[in-house]
Amino acid sequence: MFAYLVKRVFQAIAVMFVISLIGFAIQDNLGDPLRELVGQSVSEEVRQELRDELGLNDSFLTQYLRFAGNALQGDLGTSYFFKEPALDVILKKLPATMELVLGATIIIIGLSIPVGVYTAIYPNTILSRVVMGVSIIGISIPVFLTAILMIFVFSVEYGWFPSYGRGEIVHVFGPWETNFATVDGWMHILLPSVALASIMLPLFVRLIRAEMMEVLQSEYVKYAKAKGIRPWRIYFVHALKNTLLPVITVGGVQIGTMVAYTILTETVFQWPGMGFMFLEAVNRVDTPLIVAYLIVVGFIFVVTNTIVDLIYGLVNPTVNLARMGA
Amino acid sequence: MNKFIRIAAAGMMSLTFGAVAQADVTVKVAYDADPVSLDPHEQLSGGTLQFSHMSFDPLVRWTQDLQFEPRLAESWEQIDATTTRFHLRSGVKFHSGNVMTATDVDWTFDRLKESPDFKGIFSLFTDVKVIDDHTFDLITSEPYPLVLHTVTYIFPMDSKFYSGTTDDGKDRSELVKHGDSFASRNVSGTGPFVVSEREQGVKMVFDRFDGYWDTETAGNVDQIILTPIKESPTRVAALLSGDVDFIAPVPPTDLARVDENDSTDLITMPGTRIITFQMNQERVEALKDVRVRQAIDYAVNNAGIVDRIMRGFGTVGAQASPAGYLGHNPELAPRFDVEKAKALMAEAGYADGFEITMMAPNNRYVNDDKIAQAVASMLAKINIKVDLQTMPKAQYWPAFDERAADMMMIGWHSDTEDSANFHQFLSHCADAETGNGQYNSGNFCNAEADMLMAKANAETDSGKRAEMLQQMETILYNEAAFIPLHWQNLAWGARKGVHADKIVNALNFPYFGDLVVD
Repeated sequence: MFAYLVKRVFQAIAVMFVISLIGFAIQDNLGDPLRELVGQSVSEEVRQELRDELGLNDSFLTQYLRFAGNALQGDLGTSYFFKEPALDVILKKLPATMELVLGATIIIIGLSIPVGVYTAIYPNTILSRVVMGVSIIGISIPVFLTAILMIFVFSVEYGWFPSYGRGEIVHVFGPWETNFATVDGWMHILLPSVALASIMLPLFVRLIRAEMMEVLQSEYVKYAKAKGIRPWRIYFVHALKNTLLPVITVGGVQIGTMVAYTILTETVFQWPGMGFMFLEAVNRVDTPLIVAYLIVVGFIFVVTNTIVDLIYGLVNPTVNLARMGA
Repeated sequence: MNKFIRIAAAGMMSLTFGAVAQADVTVKVAYDADPVSLDPHEQLSGGTLQFSHMSFDPLVRWTQDLQFEPRLAESWEQIDATTTRFHLRSGVKFHSGNVMTATDVDWTFDRLKESPDFKGIFSLFTDVKVIDDHTFDLITSEPYPLVLHTVTYIFPMDSKFYSGTTDDGKDRSELVKHGDSFASRNVSGTGPFVVSEREQGVKMVFDRFDGYWDTETAGNVDQIILTPIKESPTRVAALLSGDVDFIAPVPPTDLARVDENDSTDLITMPGTRIITFQMNQERVEALKDVRVRQAIDYAVNNAGIVDRIMRGFGTVGAQASPAGYLGHNPELAPRFDVEKAKALMAEAGYADGFEITMMAPNNRYVNDDKIAQAVASMLAKINIKVDLQTMPKAQYWPAFDERAADMMMIGWHSDTEDSANFHQFLSHCADAETGNGQYNSGNFCNAEADMLMAKANAETDSGKRAEMLQQMETILYNEAAFIPLHWQNLAWGARKGVHADKIVNALNFPYFGDLVVD
């Protein structure tokens, strides 16, 4: 177990090193940051002076070594737009994104398990067919379209939910301000969470359904039935547990994908999280912020995958982490 | 219990004073972006100037019909060819409580001359001479017709507030383009609104300045909450659902929605930003021929583009200067005649056409990529095969600087609200020394047009100036120096009862201090 964690830490460092290198290598192709910093009629001469000041005229290696040196001391550069250390900016935006992902995850878990199990047990009822039909549509509609449709239906036409932003948030500690403490906050987070969940929910419903149907055919389920165990206990205790392994594997990967989808969801809902911040940073060619974001997201990926591996061991005792670490 | 008493007491107080103080009027505004900095000299951009008009006041400002309106300068007179004397309003206070004097104007002027973004506009201005607390002379190096135009950029800053050092020893007056400075986070202007809260990229709260000098204005807004909402559909949805009271810009696709909705008003106005294509004569031999350039102009149906792609939300152009500018020549009509275009191509010896490359941004101007596609297909009709590439502005501008394609799109708004500025940047013979022709990717060069611009810039008689500038536009038209498409219109959406139509203008600087809300 310990060996496994140590190995993971080294992996994480390697991953972040590679990401920083890639992020740095592509930044020249993202555009000219000076364009966003100065007005249109500023002369080329003045721009060159500013470039010198920013160190943008140095060679790639000089720039990267300077960056890496600072990064080792925890300084990932200063955002051109926010004029603050990039890491601080990201940490300030992180809670908003995490709450959104949490909201979506709750919706996904809360709905996909009962719905998936139901459609597996009763595959031929009308309700199951409708659910499967809707899930196909859900999987194929892009998330930004779902989001805009929801805004127009629920905010503009019916006026039930606010159309943008986080609304009333309550400070918890550090940079964390929460949506879950006020009614207004709940109202604001609902639509974005549903929009974000909409892309993953059908996937999980289908995955749980398929796994469940397979497990229901297995010998031990038949045996349990013959033994006279109550059906709900067979389904939710014996069968479900065995369907979860592949679900957790996919889930771990999908949480990473969800971070990517927050970019779209947050942009449509003007959600002040780090996904929206990233898109803006790309538009503004705010390179220090872009590189810092990539590194932080890389870190999140490594951490979630580690957690998934740990959960794996809990769900299925035959998985031996120590051996994985060796 | 204690808390209850406090709340009850507060409630009683508000009851007592409620009769005197009217209920607060709060207006929620959603723009596509928020100002990059609180320092009015950090970046010359629409966002900065919109903010400047909220928390600062200019000496002189533009009215809706593009006339000058005295603000902090009450009156002015020309003393000699290069000196203009300004008389400042008295009793004007900054947010800090300091009284504004001519010294503040002098200080602000010096800072503008230091600003990389603004010093270009002030290049001909040499000095501010303080005569007394409320009088100063503004001196130019040569007779200059655009003194008042330029003075609209002087928003006096509180020199006492911005002088000295901060707690961590930094100079308070420091002007930094890409870092944390005192001025980028603290404001003391004379404007109608004090910045009371700001989270960059998320929210800005402005409260009415209770010591505001302009007590005659009908404006009754106590608080403005500015939220950037980048996505157009979301911005429109926020207005339609009543979450915000005022939005800008309204995208062309949603104009009808905002207009027809019972609870919102649409306000539109012809804008002053011209969208053009430049034809690079250095890259393509054929484009040196004026007949070919004219043929391209004849082949492009700019009225069609405005009608179909812009949904009528643009003003068809045949020159750079919009109506209302001195140089606008009403006789120049848009050219569109495919047969004539073909004839011109044949005359120039290019009946079989040729191939060119074209580049346009896809997130800079309204519908920029669609416009470029339309122009490319129109050129196909006269046998010019276009290889079109569109890209985000972040990548486009470096490409533009390299003159990376044969035809490139550029939109331009004149910082001086004057015709000469278009020519200076877009079609003047390129000259690295003076910076003229900095955005002339076509390498168009016409000595006569350049001479007319130079003469116009030294002519203070506006009648004679108009004549020169119009003649200049005529030359550019006859030479087909560039392909003028249209001026982008401006659109704002407001909740009914928010009388935004009175405060907006073609410069897109809404004067929120004068906003009346029912």
